[in-house]
Amino acid sequence: MSIEIKDVTKNYGTTCALDKVSVTFENNTIYGLLGRNGAGKTTLLNVITNRIFSDAGEVLIDGIPARENDEALRKVYMMSEKNYYPENIKIKDIFRWTGEFYPDFDFEYACSLADAFELHLNKNVKSLSTGYNSIFKAIIALSVNTPYVLLDEPVLGLDANHRDMFYRFLIERYSETQSTFVISTHLIEEISNLIEQIIIIKKGKIIKNESREELMTYGYTVSGKASLVDEYISDKYVIGVDSIGGLKSAYVMGQLPKEKTLEGLEITKIDLQKLFIKLTDN
Amino acid sequence: MLINFDDERPIFIQIAEGLEDAILSGAFEEESQIPSITEISVNYRINPATALKGINILVDEGIVYKKRGIGMFVATGAVEKLKQKRKEQFYDNFIKKLVEEARRLNISKNEAINMLERGFEDEHRN
Repeated sequence: MSIEIKDVTKNYGTTCALDKVSVTFENNTIYGLLGRNGAGKTTLLNVITNRIFSDAGEVLIDGIPARENDEALRKVYMMSEKNYYPENIKIKDIFRWTGEFYPDFDFEYACSLADAFELHLNKNVKSLSTGYNSIFKAIIALSVNTPYVLLDEPVLGLDANHRDMFYRFLIERYSETQSTFVISTHLIEEISNLIEQIIIIKKGKIIKNESREELMTYGYTVSGKASLVDEYISDKYVIGVDSIGGLKSAYVMGQLPKEKTLEGLEITKIDLQKLFIKLTDN
Repeated sequence: MLINFDDERPIFIQIAEGLEDAILSGAFEEESQIPSITEISVNYRINPATALKGINILVDEGIVYKKRGIGMFVATGAVEKLKQKRKEQFYDNFIKKLVEEARRLNISKNEAINMLERGFEDEHRN
């Protein structure tokens, strides 16, 4: 049980959006799909769900080729940043329609989430603010009960309270349904504790595909007096440096050293966001 | 139970320690049920696998045990076991650090002992 992406390539004119990408989304896991703007995240998700076709390669959903195959595609729901819904339709009716294509869509649950987020079911999609547009789509994503749920920027425009509610409901659903969730987002720090597996995409290529824990052992931060830091990092693989006055912080790739207290230097773990910035910097 | 995401220690360790603290303080009594994996992960917005890993530490140490189909319970004798474990860690976790910091600040052994005594007296007064 998995979504298998094999050697998928997609070009837009002369721009290569996906370059022979191979990656597998396993059953019952929360993935973080991370990448800078234009790295190819949305293109990858769109290829999986047949919204665009790849130039080469294939996608298998539970072993079945996904291309123009409704049976396979019913197993995947994608919440996209773009709005594909007709605008003059009530939210309630979209909920009903979703149930037509996705038979396991839980209408009652969707209504209870709408209630929790104070989203009025009789409103037209057109009248929703950016935040409520995300909320309404997120509610569908949490209620469809497909084995795979792809979330492209799910918290766009949501305030802190609503984001927190969304994360809470996401974990609840994940615990109950055992679905696989793939979350593509810019708010890395917020989801870093939710995700198990991290996939980093850079210029159409997957550059990292690791568990969060593994990825966090990739590097550490060493800070202190600039001269001491320089001496310490002279024989190490440094991916970035920040300096303020005579103080310096260096981001070092490699296992955290066992001997914790080096005189005058402080060694701390690297946070996911920093690691991401350094790994995807041009 | 407080989880500090800026803490150096992995979250699953903090989950285990948080539960230990709650058991030591009597918040979760022996033979009473502790929160489920889902409750813990939803509450702290963490992946259920992380919560499971934390609880498994306590299962391995015989502090909590699983009742099939019901949930996780605090084992009889857990408090005593935890006290023993914490005592063993006391030197590494507190005394070593105390001495290290005292050296950095040029606090002499006698000064440190005096402060320790004062700490016990203050505690007594409160």
